[in-house]
Amino acid sequence: MTLKTTPLHAAHQRADARLVDFAGWEMPLHYGSQIDEHHAVRSGAGVFDVSHMQVVDVSGGQAQAFLRRLLANDVAKLRARGRALYSCMLNTEGGVVDDLIVYFRGDEGYRMVVNAATAEGDVAHMRAVAEGLDASVETRPELALLAVQGPEAVAKVAPLLPDRLRTAGELRPFHAVWGEEWMAARTGYTGEDGFEIMLPAERAEAFWDALLRSGTRPIGLGARDTLRLEAGMNLYGTDMDESTTPLVSNLGWTVAWEPPDRDFIGRAALERQRAEGVPAQLVGLVLEGRGVLRGGTRIETPAGDGTVTSGSFSPTLGVSIALARIPAASDAAELTAHLRGRTMPVRRVKPPFVRHGKSLLD
Amino acid sequence: MSETPQDLRYSESHEWVRVESDGSVTVGITGHAQELLGDLVFVETPEPGSAASAGEACATVESVKAASDVYAPVSGEIVAVNEGLADAPELVNESPYDDGWLFRIRPAETTQLDALMDADAYDAKVASES
Repeated sequence: MTLKTTPLHAAHQRADARLVDFAGWEMPLHYGSQIDEHHAVRSGAGVFDVSHMQVVDVSGGQAQAFLRRLLANDVAKLRARGRALYSCMLNTEGGVVDDLIVYFRGDEGYRMVVNAATAEGDVAHMRAVAEGLDASVETRPELALLAVQGPEAVAKVAPLLPDRLRTAGELRPFHAVWGEEWMAARTGYTGEDGFEIMLPAERAEAFWDALLRSGTRPIGLGARDTLRLEAGMNLYGTDMDESTTPLVSNLGWTVAWEPPDRDFIGRAALERQRAEGVPAQLVGLVLEGRGVLRGGTRIETPAGDGTVTSGSFSPTLGVSIALARIPAASDAAELTAHLRGRTMPVRRVKPPFVRHGKSLLD
Repeated sequence: MSETPQDLRYSESHEWVRVESDGSVTVGITGHAQELLGDLVFVETPEPGSAASAGEACATVESVKAASDVYAPVSGEIVAVNEGLADAPELVNESPYDDGWLFRIRPAETTQLDALMDADAYDAKVASES
């Protein structure tokens, strides 16, 4: 199978990227050292090519009604142009089909950004739900998507944006501006300040090169994963999927129960789960000893066994951290990890682990 | 990619071996192996004085990606370990054939060394696997 490539493929090769297959895309894993890249984002600025993610625009007279049916969070909360929110898209059983960010663009409708691995199924699902409504679902494959993250990200990016986006530096989190086919949003997946920027594919390489000249480091998927894990953010397909609801994925806060008559897909199943008792919880773990928690690691608790969904070494903290799904009844602060034939104590913590470069652990 | 040193011997499981002037052998993982693993975060070396058996796990290298066993290429006694790796596992990435050595064995007998590959054979093996 030929792997798909982004508009920045040649730029990655010039930067000596180690390229790997990610959901059918040939993407940079790192450009030499994943840990150095991680630290660069926590202390300076890094740029990620996330053009494999899919931009989906929704327009039409019933665009809002469509999204209020489609998403577990409520786009009616987006009253001002440029506001954004995070939501899960559920199936009728309440399982997570994908997680996404949706932006309200006033008269131009809504824009969503969905995961690469699920994009095709997502769009088919959206079109099926939109049937019979005055709402069109259009993908925007001609756009490149870059994330620039880190304490210096805003200063690096602002001078490089088109004039109409120059106010981007004053944006508050989860706000966006757009113009000339560009869009800049104060969102990200690292726990640092920064932008996610959509721009025409043919402009992507010049923008990327200008960022690198400014001292912004290119960052691969390896560091993207450790940064998001430290930030306590779920990864779709790993920490949640179609078999898990937001309620067992530490995402109950993203479900908009009010107003009670909004009939979003999966609502009945979530209400049933809530009434019957949510069986599991997704928690943060810290391993103080020498070892690394990995996806699949068994976690023993007094209330029964659980499993690590994402685990890695935290470059900021110098120890291993993880997200794990354990029985809801488990409230012990100290749990036991079964690691390569040994048992090691792990401490339960509330994610995030790191925010704005600082440890949030006691 | 790093050059494979001509003066070392190599195992199928990506260890390198240097025969020292006192007859002991120094063991590490190859440049190719550390590249596949990515940044190392922990290295667990054996206890000095313990016994190593050829082909058996003797040390563990853990990277951002995975934990891997390092196998003893020859049987014998562990006579030294690289203590510096406890605080600086990245030495294995930065200098796999020198500062990133793992442990040193006094071989019980030397015929096991003959089963190891030379640099050209190891390079050919790596090329055939990629």
